[in-house]
Amino acid sequence: MAENSSEIRYLNPPAIDVKKEKYCRFKKNRIKYIDFKDPDFLLQFVNEQGKLLPRRITGTSLKYQRKVAQAIKRARHLGLMPYVTDLLK
Amino acid sequence: MSNHYETVFILTPVLSADQAKETVALYKKMLQDNGAKVVNEEHWGMKKLAYPIQKKSTGFYQLFQYEAEGDFIAKLELAFKRDERVMRFLTVKLDKHAQAYAKKRIERKKSTAKAEK
Repeated sequence: MAENSSEIRYLNPPAIDVKKEKYCRFKKNRIKYIDFKDPDFLLQFVNEQGKLLPRRITGTSLKYQRKVAQAIKRARHLGLMPYVTDLLK
Repeated sequence: MSNHYETVFILTPVLSADQAKETVALYKKMLQDNGAKVVNEEHWGMKKLAYPIQKKSTGFYQLFQYEAEGDFIAKLELAFKRDERVMRFLTVKLDKHAQAYAKKRIERKKSTAKAEK
């Protein structure tokens, strides 16, 4: 019984560990300024509770992560984005 | 040496429409009197706030984008602080990338306005 379980041949190898290359979307499409006035763009960098997503998840570079963080904090100050919420998306 | 600034402020919803307009006109006049050149002005009207500010859940949003001297900003913000009709304000200095973005935003606004006509 044990042998044939090892002889299971997959037609195509299961793509579990294929690492999708993360890239910084600001560098890629050359966005230079992140506007704090349009919250729906900034919502992509915030999780359900309205907290900022880390760089390892969004893949943005350090320079633009700081700009995103500053824009989000300004949007929160102006009441365009919540400080804390649930089921934001 | 004049810099580019952008100010967004929120008026309390308690005001009637013309009171809100009058406050906005007051600040616009203040900008012009002090030699600030207003480049762009947007009124987003009554918007819902993401969290209650001063126990109110909506507010009139107003945006001014202008070119002014550095020392004028303290005067402007002092006026905002004193005026109890203004719930919240935020002044931001625009660097060259921000100015390019703002210029594009003005053109986009103009083109949509033209499209509606």
